[in-house]
Amino acid sequence: MIDLELNEKTEKVRANMKNLAKTLLRPISRKYDLAEHEYPKELDMFRSLPIMGKPKKKDPAAAAAAKAKKPADAEGGKIGANMSLVLSTEALCWGDAGLLLSLPNAGLGNAALIAVANDDQIARFGSKWIAMAITEPQSGSDSGSISTTAQLDGDHYVLNGEKIFVTCADRCDAVVVWATVDKSAGKAGVKSFIVEKGTPGFKLEKLEHKLGIRASDTGTFLLNNCRVPKENLLGNPEVVKQGTEGFKGVMKTFDNTRPLVASMANGIASAAVEFLKEQLEKAGYKLDYSKSVHNMSSVEKAYYRMEAEYEAMKLLTWRAAWMADNQQSNNLEASMAKAKSGRMATLITQECCDILGPVGFSRKQLAEKWMRDSKIMDIFEGTGQIQHLIVARNVLKLNSSELR
Amino acid sequence: MLDFSISKEQKMIKSEIAKLVKDLVIENAHDIDESGDIDPATIQAIWEMGISIASVPEEFGGFGDQSAPVDSTLILEELAYGDMAVAVAATLPSLFIQPLVMFGTPAQQKKYLPLYCSEKYKACTLAVNEPHFQFDVVSLKTTAVAKSGDYVLNGEKCFVPMARTAEHIMVAAACDGKNQLFIVESSNPGLHISDREKNLGLYGLESVEIKLVDCVVPASDRVGEANGCDFGQILQRTRVGLCAMATGICRASYEFARNYAKERIQFGEPIAHRQSVAFMIAEMAYEVDAIRLMTWQAASKLAAGKDATRESYLAKLYAGEKAMKICDYGVQVLGGHGYVRDYPMERFYRNSRGISILEAMATV
Repeated sequence: MIDLELNEKTEKVRANMKNLAKTLLRPISRKYDLAEHEYPKELDMFRSLPIMGKPKKKDPAAAAAAKAKKPADAEGGKIGANMSLVLSTEALCWGDAGLLLSLPNAGLGNAALIAVANDDQIARFGSKWIAMAITEPQSGSDSGSISTTAQLDGDHYVLNGEKIFVTCADRCDAVVVWATVDKSAGKAGVKSFIVEKGTPGFKLEKLEHKLGIRASDTGTFLLNNCRVPKENLLGNPEVVKQGTEGFKGVMKTFDNTRPLVASMANGIASAAVEFLKEQLEKAGYKLDYSKSVHNMSSVEKAYYRMEAEYEAMKLLTWRAAWMADNQQSNNLEASMAKAKSGRMATLITQECCDILGPVGFSRKQLAEKWMRDSKIMDIFEGTGQIQHLIVARNVLKLNSSELR
Repeated sequence: MLDFSISKEQKMIKSEIAKLVKDLVIENAHDIDESGDIDPATIQAIWEMGISIASVPEEFGGFGDQSAPVDSTLILEELAYGDMAVAVAATLPSLFIQPLVMFGTPAQQKKYLPLYCSEKYKACTLAVNEPHFQFDVVSLKTTAVAKSGDYVLNGEKCFVPMARTAEHIMVAAACDGKNQLFIVESSNPGLHISDREKNLGLYGLESVEIKLVDCVVPASDRVGEANGCDFGQILQRTRVGLCAMATGICRASYEFARNYAKERIQFGEPIAHRQSVAFMIAEMAYEVDAIRLMTWQAASKLAAGKDATRESYLAKLYAGEKAMKICDYGVQVLGGHGYVRDYPMERFYRNSRGISILEAMATV
């Protein structure tokens, strides 16, 4: 039965996470915005936390036992793993999104590992910090077009190519690299491989200098005849030529990560909305949700609109995460959340600076930083345009050749 | 507990209403709008679903169900999906009944509720909006002043639905600086009812302006009598009701545009194959959902017995703005066909303007 109220326990967890962000992340937010590429050692205390969730037992008997022990939504309204991750991500990004991306052992590669790795891979890599390498100089949103190759040679795959925009490139222990085992198979030939740091032929080429999320180290890797054990391939090694099922499996990871990126956007947006409210109240505005919108100043109206947009972003995101927790396909809803949140976080943080005037342009406050940080939310994990494409194809029931 | 799914019971209510709307409303919505008349049989059929009287205690003719704000949003969405004028007209008595259930004294409940909790639909209405620039529902210009045991009301109201046939009009007026509700009988000599209004939208809904000139109302007809009512709580519920109707109009607009874009062939293929059109449809799709979710969030607060001032306020602000945008996109997708009255899109466009402007046209 529809109920969009969080229970008290969950609200408490939310408040605690925000408090954590307030005491641990906010105080060092500017420090690592300025000290780009420097490892935020203060985050080491997070190293043992299973931020990306705990791996599920792949052994069917154990999985069944775990399921029998804890039926979905038992224990008096406990929220699921995706929802809980969305809530903590938002709270921590209220603190600092760049630092959230720098939390040890919480790379996108860790999420992929948890989603698709077998028990052996979990045992070998479960305690490592794993980044994700998809993008190439000539392959952005069209990840089916990647040209990094993986050739089977005995017990190893030999990887060759260049990967850019890899988050946590410097700090991670290993990288999940997307490569094609059969270029002629198109998307179906794309597989992902765990490549450990220190593997011969695997080189961190450079770190990017960015508009925002400067606390996060984004880098380029070169793979030059890099040999990885064949057991490092994640998922099914077979190339299923009929259709794009294999690739869809890989893309499915995104159904879980897009609500996460949306919640990062929501976190930054909430920081901007909250800061603006404080400033307006200090200046004597009374924001008590009573006045008619036709009867107030443009500043007040802009503020309320930002807060309303934030609510919409938040609810679309929660829905996508909740569906994932309840075994419902959320491909459409995840993209709706990302499309909305990515775009609106950008606009909200821009407007926040605009209304704040000189305070919004100055580096004395964090508003200008949020405006820089939020912009990436409409770009990575699929640009806003790609999200609209996914939503449109979905609701119009058109395939990728009909709606390109 | 957080739950985004519709329960079996809710699904049942929703599909029952949807069936009625499909049979009686959607087919006739164009004629209703053109003629300005809703077939009384349609209103009666919707009335018989018992929406407006469900939460009225059995002793007064209701079902004695617990108030279910979320269920109400589902119903209002379905009705407005068919036609907003019908949605307002068919659920209009709720606006009169609900404040009495919440704040009426036992004597008032006993006197008025059985009158309207009958098998036959009987119009009774609520007058909140006022016909002037800078209208603000929290500071009404209509006043009620206590005078020798009675209240004297003065002021003007507009968009009062079906006031010409209603025996009782509930009037919102500022009383000692606080908004209060007063029940005015249609025969009251201080009540002056105008001819039917002509508005931008809701052509099917008969509404009027009323003037209150030294209109004397006995103290026993102030809702809640000496204690009065908490008008803020009533506003929370009417705002959620309006947002639910916005969801309905927007869904209708979105679905029509989506289907049209798939069928309309230009340059040898459906216009839906163009990103400039497809992206508008995508935006419409998630904005309809966003309006609905914000409506549900506020309704969930009410269902939990909590204050929903903030949630209902933001939901109405959001719904008002996005409804206009979604219906604008809808007209744009249809192009010239969106502009002619043979298609429903221009009606959605006109009606959607009311979401941000109007107050208290439906309640949960």
